[in-house]
Formats: sequence, structure tokens, C-alpha cells
Amino acid sequence: MTTGRGTKVALSIFAVIAFLFVYIPLAVVLINSFNAGETLSWPPQGFSVRWWEAAVSNEGVREALVTSVVLGICATAVALVLGTLAALALGRYNFFGRDSVSLLIILPIALPGIVTGIALNNVFTTFLGGLTFFTLIVAHSTFCIVVVYNNALARVRRLGGNVEEASADLGARGWQTFVHVTFPLMRSALAAGALLAFGLSFDEIIVTTFTAGPGITTLPIWIYQNLFRPNQAPIVNVVAAFLVIVSILPIYIVQRFSSADERGGGVM
Amino acid sequence: MLAPFSGVLRTVSERGHVSTAIRLTNLRKEFGDVVAVDSVDLDVADGEFLTLLGPSGSGKTTVLRMIAGFEQPTSGTIELAGVDVTQVPPYSRDVNTVFQDYALFPHMDVLSNVEYGLKVKKVSKAERRQRAEEALAAVRLEDYGARKPSQLSGGQRQRVALARALVNRPRVLLLDEPLGALDLKLREQMQVELKELQRAVGITFVFVTHDQEEALTMSDRIAVFDAGRIAQIGTPVEIYEHPKTPFVAGFVGVSNLLEAGVAASLLGREGLWSVRPEKIRVLLGTASPEGSERAAAGVIREVVYVGMSTRFIVDLDAGATLIAVQQNSHATSSELGAMRGQRVTLMWNTEHEIPVG
Ligand SMILES: Nc1ncnc2c1ncn2[C@@H]1O[C@H](COP(=O)(O)OP(=O)(O)O)[C@@H](O)[C@H]1O
Ligand SMILES: [Mg+2]
Repeated sequence: MTTGRGTKVALSIFAVIAFLFVYIPLAVVLINSFNAGETLSWPPQGFSVRWWEAAVSNEGVREALVTSVVLGICATAVALVLGTLAALALGRYNFFGRDSVSLLIILPIALPGIVTGIALNNVFTTFLGGLTFFTLIVAHSTFCIVVVYNNALARVRRLGGNVEEASADLGARGWQTFVHVTFPLMRSALAAGALLAFGLSFDEIIVTTFTAGPGITTLPIWIYQNLFRPNQAPIVNVVAAFLVIVSILPIYIVQRFSSADERGGGVM
Repeated sequence: MLAPFSGVLRTVSERGHVSTAIRLTNLRKEFGDVVAVDSVDLDVADGEFLTLLGPSGSGKTTVLRMIAGFEQPTSGTIELAGVDVTQVPPYSRDVNTVFQDYALFPHMDVLSNVEYGLKVKKVSKAERRQRAEEALAAVRLEDYGARKPSQLSGGQRQRVALARALVNRPRVLLLDEPLGALDLKLREQMQVELKELQRAVGITFVFVTHDQEEALTMSDRIAVFDAGRIAQIGTPVEIYEHPKTPFVAGFVGVSNLLEAGVAASLLGREGLWSVRPEKIRVLLGTASPEGSERAAAGVIREVVYVGMSTRFIVDLDAGATLIAVQQNSHATSSELGAMRGQRVTLMWNTEHEIPVG
């Protein structure tokens, strides 16, 4: 297909505009977090890390950070185990209803967060006797599983069953094949899935508000609670900047992984 | 049927000195509605080079996968060295496989690939290192141990796959079209090497191919597969000179079938007959047969120059079409081209008339 010169120019302009729309606000948040001024007035009144220091020494922020990290790690761990097992089962075996099961696993990421949130909230309060940190982990796992599953499934499909048959042929039992062949070959895909899952969990707010036990504050929730307190604005801005970094980092690392995979034909 | 050429192995086994490495009894495999393998009975002697020959989809791979243990037969039994292993998982069978796409472990270097079978069987590090290096030397890859499979050529990967299997000293080695991915020259070289290796190590080889020439040059015996069944088992000479069915005659070499009617009028014989192309001489004009020779007149329909030889496709007056192959020792290609449409006499010795069936 050939594209006319005019079309190319128009496409480039649109791309640049879209790019600016997304990244200018993010850049403003990041720059403002180093604003020396009291009120984050624009243009910044000089460079300072005072708001970062203030955020770090803020008890509420620190507690929220710990909550978010622990939550992210737990949800990612659950997702790693269940997502990998699901990918191995669905990628390896053909059974009746396989495609439907696959769709059901992926669905939580497509459903509106508010629907998932209300549904889980109903189940937790009705059957589990209320909301706790545990229910929050379960809730986050539902969408963390999706990214682990997708990454693992793509790798399982690419590997085929052949190297595992070769392993069994050479005398390896099931667990030996998993330890020496399957897991090493899936490791980079699982790492990618885990990073993305952690990123998802770290900045999630809608499902969190419906499923967190009383008094549990994650970083996004802390932002939401402090958003309209004028004297907190600079610290909120720092926390927002931090969230931007933590969300972008996994995607950046995963991209580096996959391009290294393609170049070396290898797996980490 | 015992042909004059029947191999040494068979003679020995009939005396009872050679034991049976593999015995397949009434083996059958269905995939849904597809019957991939049907009523297969096969005995493979210890140290034998047996080839499963047949067109794509005839069930060769499925038989191999059932022997290795990757597929469960729908019915029938598999014995290895006299022990029924039909229900035994792959890792407990004394059998190793060279896969068609080699299936090397991409994350391990060549030496680790070769060591793998010994490692999972808990052989000591020193011993497995030594045996792996020996195996690599046997396939002339002693300097490649540190490379990753992705850094090797197709032929080298093939040899690593071979070393990885042989290092375990299995009783039986299964090879699924191991030379299929190689170019012609490398392939012919590997055919010789594989055969020499098999003689040297004395391991039973079950070799799958769809290439009749490969099968004829390498095997002690050949099992010809037709739609999931074995159409004929025998030595290369038996298969080539005495095909039991038209399918075997056609698949192993060019068939040159003479249908019953033609055979009756031309040869004065009953049933289906065949004459191999290289046994037929092409003489311009008319010629009369002498002694035990047979003559058939016809017209050259096509002349195909194939380098070392020329293939003549001749429509016989008697009604059949025969192919004759002549060495290109004298004729030039321009002379050959001028032969199209000319009347010729095909001549062959009556002892080369082969009954089919
Ligand atoms: N896993 C499978 N599922 C369904 N059909 C199969 C499977 N494996 C083989 N078949 C079918 O069984 C028949 C024999 O296949 P195969 O043993 O691979 O033949 P070959 O190796 O001689 O080419 C083919 O018709 C093939 O389509
Ligand atoms: Mg095959």
C-alpha cells in the first residue's frame, strides 16, 4: 500500500497532537513536583525537592505506600500462580469449552471497574463476612491474573509441546521437565506479566474503593482523599508523579525484555 | 516369501540368536474419526536399521510417537525387549527420539543439551561431562559445546540432536525424518554418516522417511506404510524387486505397471506386472529380441534430460506407457531432444519382469 504525501503529513500532525495531549499534563505533574513555590504556581519558582521530602515524611503517604506495595506483591503472586497454571492448561490441552474459559479469564479487564467492584463487594459482604485486606487482594488478583495469563499463554503457544516431549524422552519426570525446561523458557514472559500486574494493581482505584476493608488506604485512595485539601496539593502532586513513574516503569522494562527476546532468539 | 536376497539379519533372527528390540502387536490409533494407524504388526530385531517409508499422512510419525510413549494406542500392545510398555510413560522407556525439528533446548548451550538425559538420571557430573564430550566428538562437534542452538546451522543442530539421544545409550533410537530439513548435498552426506554411526554403536534404529531412495540406501529392512497400514515389510531388494502391491511398486521407484490385459498380450503372463525403468533399453527403429529378451514397439512421447541420465516416456503400441532410463554416456542433449516422436523398440530381459502382488 502506498500513502500519499498529504496523508503522511496529516497523520504525522495528528500523531504529534495526540502525543502532546497525553504527555504534557504528565510532564506538568512531574515538573511541578520539583516546584520550589508554596502553591505550585506556573511557571515553577525554581527547583527544589522540598515537596518530595514532605511527602516522604508524611505518615499517611508512607502507610499508603506500604499498603499499595504489599497489596501489589500479594495480588501479583496470586496472579502468577493461577495465571501460569491456567495458561499451561488452556495452551496445552484442547477440551470442550476451552475458548469460553479463556474468555472468562480475560473478561475482568474488559468489564467496567465499577461493575466488578460492586459485584465483588456484594459477594464479599454477603459470603465472606465483610471487607478486609484479604478481600482487597482477591479483588486485585482478578485483573492481575489477566496480564499474567496473556503473557504466559503467548509463550506456551510459541514453545509448543515439543521441547517438553524431548525432555520426557530423555528421561525427565514431570517436575524435572518443569524445573529444567518449562519454567526457564517461560521466565521472561512471567516476569513481564508480573511487572505489568504489579503496575495495574499499584494505580487501581475503582475496584479498590469497593473492596478495601475499613481504614485501608492505598496510594491512589490517599490521593483521592487529599485531592481537595489546598494545603496538601503539593504533596498530592508528588504522589501523583510517583504513581506515574511506577506505572510507566514496568511497561518500559517489559518492552526492553521483549525486544531483547526478539533479537537474541533467546529467553532470559 | 523368502527372496534370494533376504538379509543377514533376517537369517540370523530365524536361527533365533537375535532378540527382538521392538514388537508391535495389532497396533491401532484413532484421532476422533481419523484412523491414523491400523492393524500394525512389526518386529524389529536388536541392532537392526528399520525404516518406516510412506507418503505424508500415512501414520509413520504416529507409530513412532506410540513407541516413544507420547501417544497412547487405541488398541494393541508395544513391547520393548520383551517387556510390555504400552502403559509406561515416555521417561521410563529405554528409547530416545531425534525429532524432526530437533527440539533442542534453546536456553541451554550445546553441552548442556547433550548432558541433559544423564543429568535428570542423576549421573555424576564428571561422568556426564565426559560422556557428553565423547558424544559430541562422535558427531564431530567437539568444539561447539559452548554455543547456543540458535548459533548453529541446520546440519549442526541435527547432529546435536543425535548426540543428545545417543549419549544415553538407549536400546532403540527413533528418528523422525531427521534429514528432511537439510539440503540435498548435506543430506546425502548425513545418510552415509548416520549409517556408519548406527553400525558403530549397534543401536536399533527406527527411521522415518518419505524418501524412497533414502530408505533403499540406508535400511536393513523397510516397512512401507499405506494409509495407516503396513503394505509390505522386507529388505530393500525385496521391496524393490518384488513389490507386493501396486502401491508399493509405485511408491518405491517408478512403477511401470503393465495391467492384466497388456501383460497378457505383451508378456503372455497372467496378472499385474512391472519392469523397472533402468532395466529397459531404448533402441531406435525396429529390433528383434534375442534369447531371453523381450521387445515392445512404441513411440517416444517425451524425453526428459536429468543430468546423469535421460528419462524416455514411451507409449507402447500394446496400450501401456513405460518409462525407460538410460545413462547419458554417449548421447548429447540436442540429439536426445530430436528423439521425441520417433518410433522405438523397448528391450528388456524377461527375468526383470516383476510380478506385483
Ligand atoms: N494429534 C493429532 N490429532 C488429529 N489427527 C492426527 C494427529 N496426529 C496425526 N493425525 C492424523 O493421523 C494421520 C497420520 O499422521 P502422521 O502419523 O503424522 O503421518 P506421517 O508421519 O506418515 O506423515 C494423518 O491423517 C494426520 O492428520
Ligand atoms: Mg510425519
